[in-house]
Amino acid sequence: MNYSVIRYVLGSVLKFEGLFLCLPLLVGLVAREESSLAFFFTILICLSLGFLLSFRKPKNMKFYAVEGFVSVSLSWIVLSLAGCLPFFLSGEIPSFVDALFETVSGFTTTGASILSEVEPMSRCCLLWRSFTHWIGGMGVLVFVLAVLPSGEGNMMYLMKAESPGPSVEKLVPKVRTTAFILYAVYTALTISEMLLLFFTGMPLFDAVNIGFATAGTGGFGVLNDSCGSYAPHLQVIITVFMILFGVNFNCYFLLLRGKLKSALCSEEVRVYLGIILAAGLLVAWNTREMFSTLGETLRHAFFQVASIITTTGFSSVDFGLWPQFSLTILVLLCFIGACAGSTGGGIKVSRIIIMFKTVLKELFTIKHPRGVRSVKLDGRTVEHETVRSVNIFLVIYVLVMFGSVLLVSLDNFDFTTNFTAVVATINNIGPGLEKVGPASNFGHFSDVSKVVLIFDMLAGRLELFPMIVLFSPLTWKKRK
Amino acid sequence: MQIIIVGCGKVGTALTQKLSKEDNNICIIDKKPEVVHELSSECDVMGMIGNGASYSVLQEADIEHTDLLIAVTESDELNILCCVIARKASRCHTIARVRNPIYSNEAGFLQEELGLSLIINPEQTAAEEISRLLCFPGAIGIDSFAGGKMEMIRFRLSEQAGLDGISLKEVADRVRCEGFLICAVSRGEEVFIPDGNFVLQEGDIISMVASRVNADRFFRKIHLQTNGVKDTMIIGGGKIAVYLAKLLSNVGIAVKIIETDEVRCKELCELLPRAAVIHGDGSDEKVLMEEHIEQADSFVALTGLDEENILLSLFAKKRVKRKVVTKINRSQLNEVISNLDLDSVVYPKLLTAQKILQYSRAMKNSIGSNVKTLYRLYGDRVEALEFNIQEDSMITRVPLCELKLKTGLLICGITRGNQVIIPNGQSIIKKGDTMIVVTNQLGLQDAQDILQNI
Repeated sequence: MNYSVIRYVLGSVLKFEGLFLCLPLLVGLVAREESSLAFFFTILICLSLGFLLSFRKPKNMKFYAVEGFVSVSLSWIVLSLAGCLPFFLSGEIPSFVDALFETVSGFTTTGASILSEVEPMSRCCLLWRSFTHWIGGMGVLVFVLAVLPSGEGNMMYLMKAESPGPSVEKLVPKVRTTAFILYAVYTALTISEMLLLFFTGMPLFDAVNIGFATAGTGGFGVLNDSCGSYAPHLQVIITVFMILFGVNFNCYFLLLRGKLKSALCSEEVRVYLGIILAAGLLVAWNTREMFSTLGETLRHAFFQVASIITTTGFSSVDFGLWPQFSLTILVLLCFIGACAGSTGGGIKVSRIIIMFKTVLKELFTIKHPRGVRSVKLDGRTVEHETVRSVNIFLVIYVLVMFGSVLLVSLDNFDFTTNFTAVVATINNIGPGLEKVGPASNFGHFSDVSKVVLIFDMLAGRLELFPMIVLFSPLTWKKRK
Repeated sequence: MQIIIVGCGKVGTALTQKLSKEDNNICIIDKKPEVVHELSSECDVMGMIGNGASYSVLQEADIEHTDLLIAVTESDELNILCCVIARKASRCHTIARVRNPIYSNEAGFLQEELGLSLIINPEQTAAEEISRLLCFPGAIGIDSFAGGKMEMIRFRLSEQAGLDGISLKEVADRVRCEGFLICAVSRGEEVFIPDGNFVLQEGDIISMVASRVNADRFFRKIHLQTNGVKDTMIIGGGKIAVYLAKLLSNVGIAVKIIETDEVRCKELCELLPRAAVIHGDGSDEKVLMEEHIEQADSFVALTGLDEENILLSLFAKKRVKRKVVTKINRSQLNEVISNLDLDSVVYPKLLTAQKILQYSRAMKNSIGSNVKTLYRLYGDRVEALEFNIQEDSMITRVPLCELKLKTGLLICGITRGNQVIIPNGQSIIKKGDTMIVVTNQLGLQDAQDILQNI
């Protein structure tokens, strides 16, 4: 394995984190908060360590799949370790594991919090919490790729390892241009949401934070009741943008190119919107007696459905009190997740479609043992390789989940709490049910459980393989 | 530049590897998924699986914004169709590989009527290269500038030349002739852009710029054979042999072709009335001796098997008087082959790729710059460029010795009208000239780029 190129990538990531940290520092200085000092020191650490690591450019920039996986997972770990320092140093989250949990939850766009009260936090810390969502949403290495001059070697492996979805494809021939276009669309959408929220009456600070958190499909709010106390029309705007950020970004690229037809033809997006519509209506029907008007019912139902399927994790009401049928729908939505190539987590709609069609194919071959049939997506045959990796993904997904539930159950909470805590973290959603429900938090878990959940969040965001590769002894074995 | 390459065979792969390193946006199209996956994970390009002649596939590859389409699949018809469809879909330039002589003989018509920018026939290209080598046996390679008025000739410095240990400024006195300039020297692994104090060694591969006449005179002085061979013996009667025999017959070189297949021999007889066709096994020592290999001036091994060609050439090298040329299809074992004492080696596939590369580089350079011709030498480490000087600038009307040129850069020729000037310190560049520059600073865009950055 090429260690020097991994060192170089880690250095670049740290340098960029140093730059990202300047935004909350600026806010802290303007608001004259003490915590800005912690940010200042973190920036110093990040920049000096970053320059130290990436000072010498490796001669050999050869990049293969293993280097891609390892540098992505290590980058995310380093990123989180450095990113939790402001919380820890400023003393706003006194326990290191808690601070790490909060930061990982931010970067992986989970939005699960260990804080029972967010309102007393300083503004710079709150902004950093939301900003980590935005950075993690599209991927920090994709950002590095977009900004750094394209080196030799094949950086596509980095993007493949970081971007979600069963098969990552470039939009344009160059990796760098692809990364640049993705970030341009991402930034433009984020800013338009912030402006829309601000001009329709949300305070500026809230608008910026909610904008970041929606864009990354994260879910950290700045108020204790998440989005519950915002005006109805603001909740509608947030709902629409949550759904937009859960769409495959390739669609926006096609729209920009003026290919309206092929953008709308995307099977994944249509299924995704279909699921939202169906689930929203079912939940609304089920909860019709809890709200006074039809409009309110629909608003809350769709807000919650969009929030869960895009794995954002905002809440407009305490849905933990909803009837069991609605809760079950929401838990099922957790697993489906958003579209591939979006900022959302979960198994991804396209994987679900492929798995569903594979099952149909299997049924067909039972009826016609000699039958030949291929799995198709968007009218194109899905390669066997992709189908296979989707199946393996599901197996690992289930194994990791069961293992985590087992470990977390040591804390002796009830099954719903344990199960939904793991589901909410591995799918990067945020709130679960019962003790980790929307009105509650992850604070009462033991440190061991928190570490397990941290692993789940990272594994979920990076789609399992990079984290598994990191812990596989084969990766580190020297070739003889 | 946006480029689409249809067909990822050997030529397509070589092109993709080279062009993707030169800041081009490349999309490759092939029918075989494995090939596309392999190549697109090796290079930073977009892969697409499908038929390159299909309009929808081309559209997906963003044909509207493409500058150049290169069709190098194994089928001639598909290549031509790709180009025609691409032309109809956008205003891009198109290059097709067409190897069937029936089509390629009509290249002019195809280019004109179907709007193809370049039709390339690998066998024809190889034959042209071989005939150039036979007409100028002392040279390893020849590139021409200013419409052939000036040539850059590469040759290996032999013992007889008597230039071992001589510095460049003494060379002109030693050989008592003028009008040439040594502009690049490769020794072992290294390539030098030499100055006057550079000392030559035996075995150096030298690039020299001169007009044809002056080059001839120079080579005669250093006892390098310059006149073409009188006859040649070709083993294997494939397509290249036919093209080559035609070219050689035209300049009066006697051709003898040895071919094993009797039916093919009869065809050759009809195609090439002036050539002597021998039916026999060219890899048989007896046959070769019977045909008086030791009296032959030159020998060309063109059988379908690389190994056979190499062995035949090694055998012939000891007996043939002047020139031995070996055709090799696979380029993977380049290093081993270059260590053998094989005289000249010709790779048809690489020649094809090179010719296409040259076209695309010149095309890219012609966008917003004034590079007229561009050659890459010595494994792409040195560039030879020809600039048009369209207006007065920092570099015109000043003696060359007063210009602060970049290091590793040499102005080695100026053409003014029909006049060819080999410059010295007092020469002056004027508006309307063309200037030839040899440099190891790759990627010059403008004539003024030859100056040091201030």
